[in-house]
Amino acid sequence: MNFETQLLKELAIEKDKKINQKRSFKIDSSHIKRRVWLNNLLQRVFSLSTVFAIAVLVILFYQIIRQSIGWLDWQFLTSNLSIFPQKAGIWGAIVGSIGLILIVIPVTIILGVSTAIYLEEYAKEGKIRDFIRINLSNLASVPSVIFGLLGLSLFGRVLHLGSSILAGGLTLSLMVLPIIVVASQEALRSVPGYLREGSYAMGATKWTTIWKVVLPIAIPGILTGSILSVSRAMGETAPLVVLGIPALIMRVPTSIMDDFTALPIQIYYWTLDSVLTKEYANLASATIVVLLVVLFLMNSVAIFIRNKFQKSY
Amino acid sequence: MDGKTNVRLLIQDNISHKKNHVDAFMPKFLLLMASMSVLTTVGIVLTLFFDAYKFFQKVPFSEVFSTSLAPLSANPSFGILPLINGTIFTSLIAMLVAVPVGLAAAIYLSQFASAGKRRVLKPILEILAGVPTIVYGFFAYSFVTPLLMHLIPSLGAKNVISPGIVMGIMIIPMVASLSEDAMNAVPNAMREGALGLGSTRFEVATKVVVPAAVSGIVSSFVLAISRAIGETMIVAIASGSNKNFSFDITQSMQTMTSYIVEFTSGDAGAGTTGYYSLYAVGLLLFIFTLLMNLVAQYISKKYREVY
Repeated sequence: MNFETQLLKELAIEKDKKINQKRSFKIDSSHIKRRVWLNNLLQRVFSLSTVFAIAVLVILFYQIIRQSIGWLDWQFLTSNLSIFPQKAGIWGAIVGSIGLILIVIPVTIILGVSTAIYLEEYAKEGKIRDFIRINLSNLASVPSVIFGLLGLSLFGRVLHLGSSILAGGLTLSLMVLPIIVVASQEALRSVPGYLREGSYAMGATKWTTIWKVVLPIAIPGILTGSILSVSRAMGETAPLVVLGIPALIMRVPTSIMDDFTALPIQIYYWTLDSVLTKEYANLASATIVVLLVVLFLMNSVAIFIRNKFQKSY
Repeated sequence: MDGKTNVRLLIQDNISHKKNHVDAFMPKFLLLMASMSVLTTVGIVLTLFFDAYKFFQKVPFSEVFSTSLAPLSANPSFGILPLINGTIFTSLIAMLVAVPVGLAAAIYLSQFASAGKRRVLKPILEILAGVPTIVYGFFAYSFVTPLLMHLIPSLGAKNVISPGIVMGIMIIPMVASLSEDAMNAVPNAMREGALGLGSTRFEVATKVVVPAAVSGIVSSFVLAISRAIGETMIVAIASGSNKNFSFDITQSMQTMTSYIVEFTSGDAGAGTTGYYSLYAVGLLLFIFTLLMNLVAQYISKKYREVY
């Protein structure tokens, strides 16, 4: 091979390279531009769909607050129901809702926290534990209206509680049970093992360890879960309607065996009544504002507790 | 404390104070409380089966598959098809809203949004999930339906479109947060690998992250369908109570859940055939949602990618 042929060969390779570079660069340039453009476009689209959900929320709040203006006042909060929309109030519904959560709080906390302690601290890996777990996750997915049917036959027909506050409260408690169990389980799991071991090393028994060491640390998490499940119970309507809560209760309940009405029920019937007179829509939205404010406060307290007492060990 | 107190004495003291009766009692008590959730499920199943059985004693099985539902007429008929029809249409519309928007929001939050934006946007989305369904029902009936009437003049005051859309909006946070969890579980090395090869973020999302997280994403869709089937108050208010077996979604249709609500809040005397039909419908609803959840669990377990 002489010098000239080698040089020619090298030149040819160089040329090929240049052509290739040029070509690929050109193609890449437009290609990349298109890809980047597509990327930016879809980033907009995706962020807009997130904004869409938030815009709906803003419209929802705006509409409801606008409709409630002029209707939500002290008289509305403290009056009883009336057949005249102008005079109607939600005092009975407020008392009913308070009665409901007074049932829900102790029942869910006792049932839920006990279940969580059993699953996390006592149950061994095995069939019973798996069974209870699967059962809880299925229970969480049962539609709320089905709990209404359960309440209707079990508490209403078998135990003869009718459509009392007690029947409603027990039905709602069973419905929100999975929420508090899962939250409490997580709170218990976050207590580090060496605290338990330290307690055992001091001669404490298992229950003493749970009661005096584990539970006090897990309480903020348990409280957060309790508040969330109670607020969920407060906003739930379907099971109560199925239990057969009457549309018009003029009397304010005085005991847990009394018939009652609650805030969501009141919203439901006033929304249906808004076909008759537009003013009922105002009453419904004023009640919604009250309900949402209460739920918002409860959730804020839950978040506050979670942030304030979140300790790391 | 005197000088004689030492750890050994403390331990001795603790051992002698062992509350053996409490320690023996508590596990039994806790197991009893834990079994309440199982008893609740047993109670639901027994109630539904028992009363649905009474219904089928009175109504022949063949009648159930007819298209005419008139439980309160003089010559009552109990066809379930109108209810299934209504349930499918409202759920379908809800999914048409929730799936694209929820998935897009999940991709945005997990792939594009900065940490700061995510911290703000995610809790706001979660508020959407915390609003009681009765409020959405009011919103659908008193705001969305009148709005849609401007667009579709033939729309009825009670219709299927408006509750479907609002139900979809309600489900968005569920799809978004479950899908986002699935996408966050995809290891960063895969993302960085694709970015290192020159992919855009969009390409990383559609060609790497979404395929890798597909089992979690699909199971979030299935859970959303189950939620839509079981949702009650929105449809009870905004879709009305016409027992139509038609495909005209601008008109009122009844779903399984709204049938239960309408019938119990009316005057359904205990012991009538109509009363037992509630439990038959409830049983069907229970089976549907249970199946959906089992399918979702199966998908997310079976097709989970192992990294």
